[in-house]
Parts: sequence; C-alpha cells; structure tokens
Amino acid sequence: MRSTPLLDIAHLTVRFGATTVVDDVSFSIHAGEKLAIVGESGSGKSITALSILRLVDAATTSGSIGFEGKDLCQYSEEQMQVLRGAQIGMIFQEPMTALNPLYTVGHQIGEVLELHEGLPKKAARARAVTLLARTGIPSPELRVDFYPHQLSGGQRQRAMIAMALACRPKLLICDEPTTALDVTVQAQILALLDELQREIGMALLFITHDLNLVRRFTDRVGVMERGKLVEIGATEAVFSDPQHAYTRRLLATRPERVVQALAPTAEVLVQGREVRVSFAQAAGWFSSTQFHAVKNASLSLHRGETLGIVGESGSGKTTLGMALLALQSLSGGQVFMGQQRIDNAERGPLRQMRKRMQVVLQDPFASLSPRMTVGQIVGEGLSLHQPELSREEHQRKVLAILDEVGLSEKNGQFGVLQRYPHEFSGGQRQRIAIARAVVLEPEVLVLDEPTSALDASVQQQVLALLAELQQRRGLSYIFISHDLAVIRAMAHRVMVMKDGDVVEEGETLAMFAAPQQAYTRDLIAAAHLA
Amino acid sequence: MSAVSLSPLQRAWARFQRNRLGYWSLWIFVAMLLVSTGAELFSNDKPVVARIDGQLLFPILNNPSEKALGGDFATPTDWKDPFITELLEKPGNWAVTVFNPHSALSTDYFTKAAPPAPPSAKNWLGTDSKGRDMLARLVYGFRVSIWFALALTLVGTTIGIIMGSIMGYFGGRIDLTLQRVVEIWGAVPELYFLIIFAAIFEPSLALLLVLLSMWSWLGLSDYVRAEFLRNRSLEYVKAARALGLSNLQIIRRHVLPNSLTPVITFIPFRMSSAILALTSLDFLGLGVPASVPSLGELLLQGKANLDAWWIIFPTFVLLTLTMLLLTFIGDALRDAFDTRKS
Repeated sequence: MRSTPLLDIAHLTVRFGATTVVDDVSFSIHAGEKLAIVGESGSGKSITALSILRLVDAATTSGSIGFEGKDLCQYSEEQMQVLRGAQIGMIFQEPMTALNPLYTVGHQIGEVLELHEGLPKKAARARAVTLLARTGIPSPELRVDFYPHQLSGGQRQRAMIAMALACRPKLLICDEPTTALDVTVQAQILALLDELQREIGMALLFITHDLNLVRRFTDRVGVMERGKLVEIGATEAVFSDPQHAYTRRLLATRPERVVQALAPTAEVLVQGREVRVSFAQAAGWFSSTQFHAVKNASLSLHRGETLGIVGESGSGKTTLGMALLALQSLSGGQVFMGQQRIDNAERGPLRQMRKRMQVVLQDPFASLSPRMTVGQIVGEGLSLHQPELSREEHQRKVLAILDEVGLSEKNGQFGVLQRYPHEFSGGQRQRIAIARAVVLEPEVLVLDEPTSALDASVQQQVLALLAELQQRRGLSYIFISHDLAVIRAMAHRVMVMKDGDVVEEGETLAMFAAPQQAYTRDLIAAAHLA
Repeated sequence: MSAVSLSPLQRAWARFQRNRLGYWSLWIFVAMLLVSTGAELFSNDKPVVARIDGQLLFPILNNPSEKALGGDFATPTDWKDPFITELLEKPGNWAVTVFNPHSALSTDYFTKAAPPAPPSAKNWLGTDSKGRDMLARLVYGFRVSIWFALALTLVGTTIGIIMGSIMGYFGGRIDLTLQRVVEIWGAVPELYFLIIFAAIFEPSLALLLVLLSMWSWLGLSDYVRAEFLRNRSLEYVKAARALGLSNLQIIRRHVLPNSLTPVITFIPFRMSSAILALTSLDFLGLGVPASVPSLGELLLQGKANLDAWWIIFPTFVLLTLTMLLLTFIGDALRDAFDTRKS
C-alpha cells in the first residue's frame, strides 16, 4: 500500500436535472500513475474528468474530490482557478477548437506561465520555445509565433500538451487526446506523453474509448457503463480476466473477419482507370494553384467483393469514393459502371446508374435530414426511381427494408415510418442510412467510414449487418476507412492511399501479413492489431 | 418514447408555447390584426341596419342617397346630418350602428367642438385636426400599416430566399457574381430613390411596396445564403445527390426546410421594421397619399398640434405596443427554433 493518493474521488455523483450522468463513482490515482477510464459514448467518462476541475456547468454534484488531501468540492471558484492549469492540466480531444484561433501558440502558452508563475513576457516566451521544443515540434523558435491554423493536427496537439505542461502539473487529464488524429500521429503523441510523464513524474488520467491504447499505455483501467464505474483494476488483470459482464462485452468487440470467398467467375462491376481529381486553390489575388486530391488511381471491383480503401486524413480516399459515385467531377481518367461510362454520363442515364450504386456516409447525425420522417427518407429514392409503385407497394417495400436492417416491430421498434431521425441512436440512424441506400436494390455500395462515428459494440452490429446484406444480396462494397481492424474484418482486397497516390494494393490477409511498402508497414504497426 | 412522434416544427411550436410572453403576444397581435382587418365592422359612420319610415335599410352595404330618405341631395346619406338625426328620432325609426360610429375619412361637420377636439363621449379619443375621429383613424391606419408590412415581408422574404438559395446552393462563380450585385445594389441610396420617385409619380401603396421590396430582400438573402452554404455540404445532401435527385428537388426537400430557421425567426423583426419604414415615410410626407389613413400621418399631425395630446399619444402607444408585441414574438420564435434547447 502506497502513501495517500494524489487524487481521491469518493462517491462522485453528477446530475443534470433528473438524469444522473455519473453515479456514485469512486477511484484514486497515485503520483506518477497512469489510469485510464474507458467506456462508450454517454457512459459519463468525460463528465467525470471535467468534474475534477469543476468545469461542468448546470449540474448538481455530490461526493468528494480529494486532491492532495484537500476536498476540491469545498474550494471557491477563485481557488479552483489557481489550481487549474498549475496543479492539474487538461488536454482536450479536438486540438483545433481547444486553441484560440486569434492568438499565436506562443502567446497562449506564455499566458499560462504569466498567470500562474508570474513570469515576465520575455521569459514566458523563452519558456514557451523550450516547451515546444520538448514536445518535438520542429523549429520551435519559428513555430512559437504561428497561429493554430498554421499548424497540422498533430502539431496542434503537441502545442496543447506544451500548454498543459507549462506549469509542471501534478495531474494531467487527457480527454480522448488522440481520437482526432491519424494513427501514425497518434503513436507519436502517446510516446511523447509517456516520455514526459516519466520525466516530470506526474499522474495521468486518460479518458478514452480506445481499448488498444489503454492496453499498451496505462497501468490501471476503470470501465464505466451508463454512469457507473463497473470495474477497476490493473490493466493486464482486467484485460486477461475481466470480472464484469460489460467489460467482457467491451473486450469482445474486436471486429471478426466475416469475408466470404468470391466466385472465381465474378464479373467486374466498377472500374476506375487513372482517376484524377484536383481542386483549384487560391494562391493569390488572381492566380490559383491545383491541389491534386487523387493522382492517378486505378481500381476494379467485382460482383460480391469488398474493396477496402485505407489511408489517413487527406489521403484522398473519400474524394476517390465520391469520384466513383460521380458526385465529384474528374480532372482525368474514366469510371465505368459495368460497360457504361458514368463520369461523363448525361442526366438520364446517370440517374439510371445512380440506382445501381449507392452510398452510406460517416456521420449518422448529419446524413439524415432532420425534418423528414424515416418513411420519407427511406421512401424518397423509391418514389424517384420507381414512381409506378402504388402507395401500398411503396410502403410495403420501405417496411420490408427497414425490417431487413433490424428496425421493425419484430425488433421492438414501433411506428418507425412516422418517426424522425432525432428519436434514434447513432447505430439506429446508420441502419436507416443503410436502408435508404439498399431499398433501391443497388449492386454497389460505397461505404464512407460507415462505422467511425459509432461505439465499438454498435460498430460490431453494423458491420455484421453489412456482411449479412452482402451475402444475401450479392452486394459489392467499396469500404473507405482509416480503421485497419475494420478493413481487415470486411475487405477482400485493400488499397492503401497516401497523399492522393495508391501506395499499395493487394489481397487483405496477404498485405496485413507482409506489407511491401514502408508506409503500409507504419500504418499496420501503429494500428497495433493483435 | 411518446406514442406520437412530433415533427421538428411541432416541437418548435411546443417550445414557442412555453414562452408565455411570446405566446400571448402572438394572440394579442392576431386579435389586433383581425379587428383592424374588419375595421368596417368596428368603426363606421354608416349604421349596420336602419329603419326609416317603414323601410328596412342596410347602409353599411348599400348607403341610400339622402333624396331617397326624403332629403334634398342626391349624394350618399351623411348619417350625422341634423336632418337624419331628426328623422331617426321619429317613432318607429331606428338605426343600429357599429362599435364606433365614425369612419376614418369622414369629417363631422355638425359638431360644435372645433377640431382637433379633445376626447368626449362622442369621439372617445377626440378628433384630429380635420375633425376626423381619432379611434377610427388609428384602426384604419393600423390596418394599412400591418397589411403593408405583411405584404412587404412576404415579397422581401420570397425574393431573399430565392436569391439566397441560388447563391448558397450553387456557390462558386454564381455566388461570387451575385454577391457583387448585392453589394452594389445595397450601396444605392434608397432614401434618395424614394424621394425622387415620390416627386415623379403619384405616391401610392403599390408604388411604395415595389420600391421598398427592391431593397428589403438584401439582408435576408445573406442569411439564407449562409445557411445554404452550410447545409449543402452536409451528408444528407450528398446522399440525396447519390439517390439521383435533381437540384431543384434537393433544394426544395432537403436544403430549404433545414435553412428556414433564420427566415422564420426574422419575420417579426422584419415586420416591425416594415411598419416603421412606412410610418417614417408617411411622417416625412413621402408615403401614402393624404387620403389614406396612416400612423405616420397622425404622428405628423401630432407634431403640428403638440397641445392636442390625444393625437400623438395614442398613436405613439399603438406603435410602441405593436413593436413590443412583434419583438416578444420574435424572441419566442428564436428560442423555439434554437436547437440547443431541448
């Protein structure tokens, strides 16, 4: 048993009105320890973290938050302000919105130092440069005068870390610090945090939904479910021998490979030949330069096949997907749907081809029009492409497809047709989006990060649904994702993209076992697939 | 989960109802609108029904000439003429008048009080400088203002939505060009234009409506454009394009319904600014012809006759009340459409 813990939370309960978001949570962190709190969205993990700094508005909090033996719940707002940033630092998920766009990075780091340590401006700036250098930002003397938008996502998160560490806090709270970053950058940020933590000897509280990260990175882990801390223990122990049913379920949510073998005679459905997409970027008052989002990509997709396209943000994978759907005009190359060219098709034939090729998009909250009922959303394409259907036939078709995606009375969903998207959860909305695409009986579905916005367990269900639909209807998928685990579970073949180029292409398992290119090796290593 | 699903509009209405101030303001405003729209049934110098010498008359619909009632003139009957009042006092003769037995345009030539006359049992809010009943002037003036404002708002909002959606949905070169047009058009000095046109043409409500509409869409089109720019890049629009919907269908079914929040929220404020615009033009003498009862003209009279407080005070109260009601309604609408509130 060690000495008194640095942070000791006892019976913390947070309520918003009548809803309890955090329910009787108790845990403690010792100096120099790394604790992770994992859970799915809505489990209350972020609220728990924010309550430590008393940053939750409009909530009633009970219980005690002991920090170095003093109860923070008894502190006045002024005392808390002294503590925040100096004793307890915090890093947020979205580095773009967590930094003020109107001030330079150096100014913002310096402000913390001036505020808490009373450093004069010059000294604060010098310290800011050292801190930025410490976080591994190249040429920090230059970057200290940069505004947030001039830095890349990874650099911004480094600047955030520099800011959080400016006063050498005893506790650093990281709320999903790497979720918004690409996998290779994620790995670098984690390594940096690890190094700094050992150097300063601070404690780390990690809020995340990424189990992979928890396993590699933290000493202890707590699992939250619907506001309750259901399990807490040493990371290895929890992972190897989970006690609580929910933890077991959470750990079991690693995507299983569900790929069916392809018929050798399967015809080619979609073909892209030397597809190029570029955008004009304003370079000056009267000039513009070309930004090449996709440079010379060729691909073919067979009936019943899933082609995975992976890459980090900005690699052009989504642009390529949109180009294949003829939603993005090409600057070169051709796209064929069967024997027909789709990229320069006239309106009439294009509309016919649209029926054969549908799309499911990433964000289930943005992809359904909030002012239409589910019946209208799913039925819209049907009334466009099959206007000859009678009212009853139309409705029967919509209901049948909703049943197929698991939203019918059989599944305890009543009156789905008349309900609006806001009444459904993220996973259910994604099912509606799938129903909208599949009701037209397409042959090809472009899936643009269809599960990225979903929790792990929901992601599993949606992937299972997609696999089932593929099998039953012989659908071909173009599966765009940054998540290698998902791609490995779903795809027959994989295409790796980087900066608009196709880096590598091949059969999924072969590529994962023996990647040919250095970039692919990096990606696979960073993803830590077990 | 409730048994009946509420559409977003129904939920907004439920939130609107929760704002008591805005809710009641809306009903008071609707009541004022109805009363003033049926102004002839509220304030009229002609009786609804009258019986003269065994004849049943409906002067409000069909005013007989004085000759028909045994008088000397072939002109329509003035029911305040001493000859008529005497006639009505005869046994068997009677007349039922509306709530306020004066019209906005008729001068009572037979009253003893010199205009402008202070409030009395006969003219509850007094008369204006031409001896016309103030209450009647207010009701008819309010009707002109409110319907003018409604028409101006409707036209301005429609043009604003159309222009804003074209700029926002298509973007790029179309947006760039139209934006410059909007900027140039917005820089035209509107007031001078109005003064020049008032000098050239006979001022009328229709002319004013056309002239003011030419500028009233500018502000709104910016908001609609911004909403369209935001909404057109959302994924449900992409999904609709993938379904094969045409641009017009996407605008009508997907983008427009989701872009209307600023439009609806702004309507009450646009109404009040339209009322004020008409009132100030009338006050300056650039507005409607003198024969049309108008609140601005009453304010001008009030300024000329500062000792006759009964002219300026009720007009001021009516204008302020209208502005307040519209502001309260606007506030409630803004809250109702604020998606951050549950």
